[in-house]
Amino acid sequence: MIVEAGHYALTLALGLSLLQCAIPFWGARSNDPVLMGSAVPAAIGVAALVGFAFVALLIAYVTSDFTVLNVVENSHSAKPMIYKITGVWGNHEGSMLLWVLILALFGAMVAASRHLPVRLKTNALCVQAAITIAFLVFILFSSNPFTRVEPPPAEGQDLNPVLQDIGLAIHPPLLYFGYVGFSMTFALAMAALIDGRVDAVWARAARPWTLLAWSFLTLGISMGSYWAYYELGWGGFWFWDPVENASLMPWLAGTALLHSVVVMEKREALKVWTILLAILTFSLSLLGTFLVRSGVLTSVHAFAVDPARGVFILAILSIFIGGSLAVFAWRAPLLRGGGIFAPISREGALILNNLLLASACATVFLGTLYPLVLEAFTGEKISVGTPYYNLTFLPILLPLMLVLPLGQALAWKRGDLFAVVQRLGALLGVSIALALGLIAFTAGGPVLAPLAIGLGAFLLLSGAGEIWTRSHVRGRPVSVAFRRAVGLPRSAWGSALAHAGLGITVIGIAAQAWSSETITAARPGTQMSVGRHTARLDSVRPRTGPNYTEDVVTLSLWRDGRPMGTLETTKRLYPARNSPTTEAGILTRGFDQIYVSVGEIGTDGSVGLRLYDKPLVLLIWIGSLFMAAGGGLSLTDRRLRVGVPVRARGGVAAQAAPAGGAA
Amino acid sequence: MRFGRAGAALALALLGGPAAAVAPDEIISDPALEQRARAISAELRCVVCQNQSIDDSDAPLARDLRVLVRDRLKSGASDEEIRRFVVQRYGEFVLLRPVIGWHTAALWGGPILILTLAALGILSSRRKRAADREAPLTSEEEARIRAIAGS
Repeated sequence: MIVEAGHYALTLALGLSLLQCAIPFWGARSNDPVLMGSAVPAAIGVAALVGFAFVALLIAYVTSDFTVLNVVENSHSAKPMIYKITGVWGNHEGSMLLWVLILALFGAMVAASRHLPVRLKTNALCVQAAITIAFLVFILFSSNPFTRVEPPPAEGQDLNPVLQDIGLAIHPPLLYFGYVGFSMTFALAMAALIDGRVDAVWARAARPWTLLAWSFLTLGISMGSYWAYYELGWGGFWFWDPVENASLMPWLAGTALLHSVVVMEKREALKVWTILLAILTFSLSLLGTFLVRSGVLTSVHAFAVDPARGVFILAILSIFIGGSLAVFAWRAPLLRGGGIFAPISREGALILNNLLLASACATVFLGTLYPLVLEAFTGEKISVGTPYYNLTFLPILLPLMLVLPLGQALAWKRGDLFAVVQRLGALLGVSIALALGLIAFTAGGPVLAPLAIGLGAFLLLSGAGEIWTRSHVRGRPVSVAFRRAVGLPRSAWGSALAHAGLGITVIGIAAQAWSSETITAARPGTQMSVGRHTARLDSVRPRTGPNYTEDVVTLSLWRDGRPMGTLETTKRLYPARNSPTTEAGILTRGFDQIYVSVGEIGTDGSVGLRLYDKPLVLLIWIGSLFMAAGGGLSLTDRRLRVGVPVRARGGVAAQAAPAGGAA
Repeated sequence: MRFGRAGAALALALLGGPAAAVAPDEIISDPALEQRARAISAELRCVVCQNQSIDDSDAPLARDLRVLVRDRLKSGASDEEIRRFVVQRYGEFVLLRPVIGWHTAALWGGPILILTLAALGILSSRRKRAADREAPLTSEEEARIRAIAGS
């Protein structure tokens, strides 16, 4: 019963979205405030209905209702509760429902927001409703999660074991919040084009949504990377897999957008480009969602497996990407650029940032889609892997990171590059000394890695330096500097934090040049060396979990003769799907990790082991947490909460006063 | 995209389980040769997997290729000879670093081309904008100004 109610709610949501799209749009054209106002309750209603449908599916999973096809295919009564819940989006239909749920939640958030000018909000909610309609039609007609099965089987087929991990609870929702968040900047961009009004007020309205989406996407990608690192068993953190690239492209475009919106807000420049970026970022999010969902990335022929779905996907992509670009081409010439600036200025630096980020994004796009296009047209099959990206992507990204600290320190309108270099000279000196010191200290080792570590240190230091130069006054005590630092706008802290985070990630990646690997066959009692450590295989014993059986391998570790502890790594078999997984054993000390995964366990009791000593590896993900936190901190900036003209001042000023301080 | 990684993992699980790839018994005793074997393997694709090198993949076919690469190395073949041999057998699809040729010209040249074109676009739009600003008033505009100024 609840399942049918969920299905019904989803259909109702489609109807309400149609109203949300049409009526307020008409209201905006005819300047009728009542009709425009109807967008708000409609958006909240759609969110409630989709939320209800999602809860209905959740209940079917939690109660193991095997009369529902989706539950049969992806669940099992013996599965731990957490994976019954995450299993809801561990499949195509459910994940699409999660996508729409997040979309509807964002719509409700926009509807509830009182910071947006009325016309902008109304038009944005119309555009947003159009996206909701497309996805609801897709779900209801080609990916319905509520389909019943007759007769119901006694037991489900279980969820893919690789997905039975806490990572499934974290990675997809975060990623979707990121993807879908960019739908709001897209909707705002389209709304602005429809009204032909693109100004600093628009930029200020779009910025929080960009920041929010970007922070979530950063977290989503980074958590996915850590999940792959410990789950896939060979200790890599990025594989340049098309599936990963699909999430990296919107991230790169979104990062560019984040910076160009700032230029637009402060200086009214880069209008046309910012609007285009907002459209492209969401288009890449859509492309990412669908490329992965349709399976076309693995093979062009995947479309043939389910033609209905393929046609739907193509239609949605071409309507939204083509349509929005057409509106852009039609309306963009009306937009006039604002502020004038010299090439050497903050604006100039941010244009360089956008140039490099957009080119890097285009490179990933080319590398991901080129093989598909080539195969479709000539039938020739080629592969584009890590070596390609190392040769093309990194050379574009490295100069970006080199100029980042300089750009961050340049003044708006007209900057003094010489003064900036002087100011950063000391930090640059420290970073170069660190790199040279490392080269000397690890003579005969890798050369590029110390330089990369120097670069990371430069980014990290200049993030801190930025706060210092903005708060320190020569000849005044440190306490004054401290007070001024606390009073700096949150967005200043946010950008410093995010840039420092990038530095931390760079250091973490560079340090992997010193990781070492040991591949060996061992028996209980065997000792082996792993980089700076010694390991001993203690025991191999069987264990039974709720829906799997496993062989548990226990190792003890020493460093310089001192015991560091033990770690467990296992090889699991899930009988419901008869598929094996390995759970890597990880021992964390500081930022270093020792990583062990099991290979074959021989009949004679020998265990194939792969052991890694990975210095500073945790910094890769810690850096990305800093980046996301920087985005979140900017989001709380005072000027994103106050200052929009339509809002009555009283309540907001009182709210914001404690945070504002002496800035 | 929800299977950011899990997608790869999924394909992997179907194709024999994500265990460590290079098995202890495959390793050649000569460390220099073994290092070359690893470097070659990292750039050869496991043809039955989703975007994995044979160095990472646990599929039986990947193992066969790893053993083949090592056998050839031991018999004194150069890296290039081994790559050519593998391409002959499996086609260009096995190379994770695409060869440079006419069919990949856009792939390899694309990034530089995009960067150059975008940079030129920025320069030309700046120049155009500057020219717009410095354009002298048209006679109509001058007439309007005179009318407003009342002279």
